[in-house]
Amino acid sequence: MITDKDVEYVAWLARLELTPEEKKRFTRQLGQVLEHAEKIKSLDTAEVEPTSHVVPLSNVMREDVVEPGLTQEEALSNAPRREGGYFAVPRIV
Amino acid sequence: MMGDYEAVIGLEIHAELKTRSKMFCSCDASFGGEPNTKTCPVCLGLPGVLPVLNRRAVELAVRLALALNCRIAERCIFHRKNYFYPDMPKNYQISQYDLPLGIGGYLELETDDGPFRVGITRVHMEEDTGKTVHASESGRIHGAEYSLEDFNRAGVPLLEIVTEPDIRTPEQARLFMQELKSIMEHLEVSDCKMEEGSLRCDANVSLRPRGSSELGVKTEVKNMNSFRALYRALEYEIGRQREILEGGGRLVQETRHWDADANVTTPLRTKEYAYDYRYFPEPDLVPLELGRDFVEKVRSTLSELPAERRRRFREDYRLPAHDAALLSSSKAMGDYFESAVAAGAPPKAVSNWMMGEISAYLNARGLEIGDLRVTPERLAELIDLVEKGTVSVTMAKAVLEDMLESGRPPREVVEEKGMAQISDRAEIERLVDEVLEDNPKVVEDYRKGKEKALGFLVGQVMRRTRGRANPQLVNEILAERLGEGG
Repeated sequence: MITDKDVEYVAWLARLELTPEEKKRFTRQLGQVLEHAEKIKSLDTAEVEPTSHVVPLSNVMREDVVEPGLTQEEALSNAPRREGGYFAVPRIV
Repeated sequence: MMGDYEAVIGLEIHAELKTRSKMFCSCDASFGGEPNTKTCPVCLGLPGVLPVLNRRAVELAVRLALALNCRIAERCIFHRKNYFYPDMPKNYQISQYDLPLGIGGYLELETDDGPFRVGITRVHMEEDTGKTVHASESGRIHGAEYSLEDFNRAGVPLLEIVTEPDIRTPEQARLFMQELKSIMEHLEVSDCKMEEGSLRCDANVSLRPRGSSELGVKTEVKNMNSFRALYRALEYEIGRQREILEGGGRLVQETRHWDADANVTTPLRTKEYAYDYRYFPEPDLVPLELGRDFVEKVRSTLSELPAERRRRFREDYRLPAHDAALLSSSKAMGDYFESAVAAGAPPKAVSNWMMGEISAYLNARGLEIGDLRVTPERLAELIDLVEKGTVSVTMAKAVLEDMLESGRPPREVVEEKGMAQISDRAEIERLVDEVLEDNPKVVEDYRKGKEKALGFLVGQVMRRTRGRANPQLVNEILAERLGEGG
C-alpha cells in the first residue's frame, strides 16, 4: 500500500536525503506502522472525543508582561553566519 | 459592467494584536528596534523551550471575534503548521486549524445600495513570522548569496480573519477592509498600520457566469499593502481572468503577486507539490476552554463599534450621513470630533472644518489626525471666534493655516496678525464715507442703475481694512449711505 514514492515525498517534506537502502527499509517499516493504524481504525470510535493532549489541563495562560530576553549578541551567538545584527541564511529567492 | 461574468471574492486578513509581549513568550512585541534585540529562546525556536499563551492576546482575539458576530468555540486548540522557510526558526508556525477560536460570524457594511453582509468563516490566533531582508534590498553588495533574518516580529500575536466568498466587487472589498480596520481601531485590538505590516490582506478571486452558483477556478492574490492596492489589484485580476475566459482559455489555480509599480499581478514561482503543511496538534500548548464567564467578561469590555457611532453622529449631532461616515471612519477622527463638540463648538461647524481644511491639510502632507498640532479644543475656540463675529470665515481659514503649522492658540494668531474682524459700526461708517468720497464717478454709476458698482465699493472698503471689515455691516452701511443721496 505505501510505495517508495510516498516515502520519497515525506522525506522531501522533511528535507531528508535517503539512500536507496534507507528508502527501502523505511518503506517497509512505515508500511508496518500504517498496517497497525489500520487495525486501530477498525475500532468504533463514534462516541470517543479525539485526543489532542494527554494531560488533563486547559487554559494555561500568562499575563501580558514584557520581560528581558536575549541581547543581540546572545541571540546571534550560535549563528553560523551573521551580518550587521542579522542572521545570514542561505538565499531563498 | 462585467458582461456575463461576476467576480467571487473572499479575503484573508492578518492583523497583529496590540499586546505588550509576544504570543507565547515575554519578549517585547513593539514595532521597530535594532534587528534581533527582541528575542528569547522561545521565539528563536531553541530546543527544550515551552511556549505559554498570552492572556491579553486571547482577550483581544475574543473581542474581535465577538464584534464580528462569531460564535466562540467552547474548546479550541493550537496546531503546528510545518514549513521550511527561514523566517520561522522552529520550522513551524503555531496556528489554529480545524478548531479555531471564532466561527461563523458576519460583518454588515453600509453601501450606497443598502446594507451588505459579508460572512466571516473563522477568526483564529497564530504567531507572526520574522522579517527577511534580501541581500539585494539591504543595499549591501556583500552577501548576495544570503538572506538576512530579523526575528523581532517572530512570535508577535497575529489574528487571521477569513471571509466567506461573499464579495462581488473591488469596491465592496475596500469597504469591508475599511470597516474591519475601523472596528479593530475602535476596539483597540490592533494598530492596523498597513505600512508597518500590522494589517495585511490577501484575496481569493474567481469568476463565474452571472447567475451560476458554482465557483470558478480561483487565484490567490498577495502583497496588497494599502486599500488602494487592494482595489487596483482586484480590478486588474478580475479583468485578467475575464479576458482569458472570454477568449476561451482556461485559468490555472495559482498564487499571484500584486506589483504596485507595474500595476499587474504576476504568478509566484509555483512549487511542484501543493503546500503540505502537515498540521498536527501543538503538544506544548494545552487546549483553551474559555467558558461563558471569560467570554461574557470580554463582551462587557466591547466599546462602541463604528456602525453605532455613525448612527449616534447622525441622530445625536444631526449630521448628514456623509459627514457621520467620514468622521467615524477612524477612531481618532471620531474622538477628535467629539472632543471639539464637547469643548462647545456646534457639531456641523466642527464637521465642516474637519472635512474641509483639516482633511485637505492632512491629505496633502500624508499625515493622520493624531499628528495634528491643533487640538480639538483650539479648533473649538477658532469656531467660537467665527460664531461671535470676531473673525470672518475667510480670515479663520488663514488663522487655521497658521495654527496647523505653528500649533498656536487662535487668539494669539488673530492678535498678532491683526486679523480681528472690524465690527465697530462707527469705524466702518467712517471707512465707507472715505470710499464714497474718493469714488464719485462709481457712486454716480451706481445711482444711474449700474448694480455692479456696489460690489466695487464693497471691495474698496475691504481693501482698506485688508479684508477685516465685517462684510454684512459694510453692505448695510453702504446701502444706507447710497440710499440717502438717492
